[in-house]
Amino acid sequence: MRRIGIDVGGTNTDAVLIEEGKVVRAVKAPTSEDVTTGILDSLKSLGSTGVLAGKKIDGVMIGTTHFINAVVQRRSLTKVAALRLGMPASASLPPFCDWPEDLAALVRGGVWMVEGGHEYDGRLFMPLDEAAVTGAVQEMKAAGLRSVAISAIFSPLDPGHERRAAELVAAVIPDAVITCSSDLGRIGLLERENAGLLNAALADLARDTIAAFETAIADSGIAAPLFITQNDGTVAEAGQARRLPVYSFASGATNSMRGAAYLSGLADAMVIDVGGTTADVGQLKHGFPREANSVVKVGGVRTLFRMPDLLSIGLGGGSHVQLDPLKVGPVSVGYRLLKEGIAFGGRQLTTTDVAVASGVLNLGDRKKVAHLDAATCKKVFDEAARLAEEAIDRMKTEAGDVPLIAVGGGAFLIPEKLPGVSRVVHVEHGDCANAVGAAIAQVSGECDQIFKDLSRTDALAAAQGIANDRAVAAGAARASLTTIESEDMPLAYLPGNSVRVRVRVVGDVAAG
Amino acid sequence: MALRDITLEDIESLAVGAWVLGTGGGGSPYLGLLNMRALYKEGDRVQLMSSADLADDDWVGAVSNMGAPLVGQERLTDSRTIARAVALMEEHVRVRFRGIMSLEIGGGNSIQPLMAAAHLKRPVIDSDMMGRAYPEAQMTSVAVGDLKPCPLTTVDVRGLESVVESVPTWKWMERVSRKICVEYGSIASTCKAPRTGAEVKKWGIHGTTTKAIAIGAAVREAQRKHEDPIAAILSVEPGKVLYRGKVTDVERRATEGFLRGRTRFDGMDAFRGAAMEINFQNEWIVAWLDGKPVAMSPDLICVLDSISGEAVGTETIRYGQRVTVIALPPPPVFLSAKGLQHVGPRAFGYDIEFKSVFA
Repeated sequence: MRRIGIDVGGTNTDAVLIEEGKVVRAVKAPTSEDVTTGILDSLKSLGSTGVLAGKKIDGVMIGTTHFINAVVQRRSLTKVAALRLGMPASASLPPFCDWPEDLAALVRGGVWMVEGGHEYDGRLFMPLDEAAVTGAVQEMKAAGLRSVAISAIFSPLDPGHERRAAELVAAVIPDAVITCSSDLGRIGLLERENAGLLNAALADLARDTIAAFETAIADSGIAAPLFITQNDGTVAEAGQARRLPVYSFASGATNSMRGAAYLSGLADAMVIDVGGTTADVGQLKHGFPREANSVVKVGGVRTLFRMPDLLSIGLGGGSHVQLDPLKVGPVSVGYRLLKEGIAFGGRQLTTTDVAVASGVLNLGDRKKVAHLDAATCKKVFDEAARLAEEAIDRMKTEAGDVPLIAVGGGAFLIPEKLPGVSRVVHVEHGDCANAVGAAIAQVSGECDQIFKDLSRTDALAAAQGIANDRAVAAGAARASLTTIESEDMPLAYLPGNSVRVRVRVVGDVAAG
Repeated sequence: MALRDITLEDIESLAVGAWVLGTGGGGSPYLGLLNMRALYKEGDRVQLMSSADLADDDWVGAVSNMGAPLVGQERLTDSRTIARAVALMEEHVRVRFRGIMSLEIGGGNSIQPLMAAAHLKRPVIDSDMMGRAYPEAQMTSVAVGDLKPCPLTTVDVRGLESVVESVPTWKWMERVSRKICVEYGSIASTCKAPRTGAEVKKWGIHGTTTKAIAIGAAVREAQRKHEDPIAAILSVEPGKVLYRGKVTDVERRATEGFLRGRTRFDGMDAFRGAAMEINFQNEWIVAWLDGKPVAMSPDLICVLDSISGEAVGTETIRYGQRVTVIALPPPPVFLSAKGLQHVGPRAFGYDIEFKSVFA
């Protein structure tokens, strides 16, 4: 198995080559405005020693923050036609009803609500009003809308109405890009619909970005399938990522945690990823980040995305250091470190300067920081360690000491011993953990739905089957599938034995 | 007579405070809040009226949404449906309600009367019948007072409307209305038996909307100022901290249409080394510290996120969460022998003598 992992970050585009489980080479190149150039540069740099010559690459896996940045920065978004099937219910809370007004104004192309949807037990809530759907689509067409987000009541249980409506949309607008909320999973109409609307808003950007990735790979002369990494540490084939870009929102943090697991060989551990400005603390369970269970807001919009549960603190390699009284962070010089740090001729004392003064880092000009004595350096490191310790304790889920993996460019701030931590693991290539995480990503499938009048065993088995099929459809090899989450939840107030089952499986990418 | 304007800020605080008083259940008030934001945007306004200002022969409509919280996440609550349940009751019993009150201040039902009030242009009465959330219809102050349980109207947004005209007991009302609710798809907007002003004054639990707003305002203020939200709650309510810890295990099972189970915690800070377990039936019912019962219904047991101060529900609590458990004083009506028969530990199947945290 030979794969290339790429992390397209705000500042750097990192690339790594992994061969038979070993990191062969890791490089960094500046991220470019057009994306393509930065990736091409990093791939060129990766291949400059001849490691790629004449070798078959099994996959290129790219992680990117492009999609989430577009939402947060309100740019490159497509106008969306929202079609909800569920009248007469929920009429007082139409699509976009809990969006920040500025984002809604950019994305809302029009809202149509017609009769349809199901009950929790699979009964029809209302028959689908096909004539009303077709009427709505005519209006969408007249308004020049091409990206359509369809949601229906209880569609995770029965996606039939959404699928039928999608056919009716395609019949009138043949080049429509359609997002069905049932493809985005979970129970919770508003949050699922929000995810669908965000997804539809990214339709053009996803098409262009993934085309840019494909161009870069083709131009680099590498013949390998392209995969995009997702929020949960797995990958999707380029075609699926183009269709469901919201699943790739938060892959950066996930990739660095997965990379940390891989580089350290630990499957259960705390991870701290120390960057220039912030440090993210999370927890690995069975090699995957523990997920946030609750509502996740993206750019001010409530969703139920599968996102890692992270705690971010203002501690990094660029953090401002104030000596009297002692204060480290949360302000940072960020990417301006090489200009503003004292060791680099600037005027702002940073954690990196302290590391240079104490000989931990060999960067810049050590003479410029010679005024920092050993006792002062120790005080600063102790304060950084205290901040890290507090964050780690808040994220731990068990009382005993656990191992901690420290990755990222600022990992030098994490000492070899910390209270509550059994041992601190620093790893080679830890500064490219993101790209490593991308390179080793697997494919997942999930099922989250309500089963009625089945025994617990049968319900779990049914959910397992659905999750397996979805993983295989997403590109996994069936023989490699393993279950990493299996959770059942009896439902209050519902008659019969209603149980909500959530199962997630992962597997290796099937060989092309 | 003094009517107080309820501002949108008050309703934002009500949503947070009512969730705390939900004692783990009652459903999230978020969708009710969204409805109120939309109504206020349209220019609708709601006023709050003290039950002390009711005439003895006034009539009051008590409302609640009934059903599975999960269904409510798909069939989103619509302010017009609860208004229709009230209007149907008025048509049926041929009275005009002076005001509208909540059956249950804990959770999403705290906002239902505001939605009906906005459409019907009536004040909200600042009283409810639980002072918190409870899972069953007979667990109310009016049931403790042996007031008439009927009639009751149930409305579904598709034009399904029923009146339960007569039942002999509150338990029968629970059974019959639950059946209707299930047929509707396990969600229904209901208007309970009309109450006279005299009945509300005697049997209502008073000032609870104001109380929920005050709790929510304290939490939100503390969040804004990065202060301790738990301390903020205790500055407006005479509560007690029972425990701080991490969730180590959640065990749930559905029986007879209820979510039952237990959550276990490991102590943190001053409670390091002490183990807590809290049993629930939709709501938190009995808390045990190192095997001894330390708090139980009708005392309010509130499990709060230690950082945000917001309530943590029995349906969503999960392994690893950092929580603070506090107790708030119960409505006095539940402390009588009759009150404890309805909502004391034995009413939930625990053979223990009620002992209040506040005794």
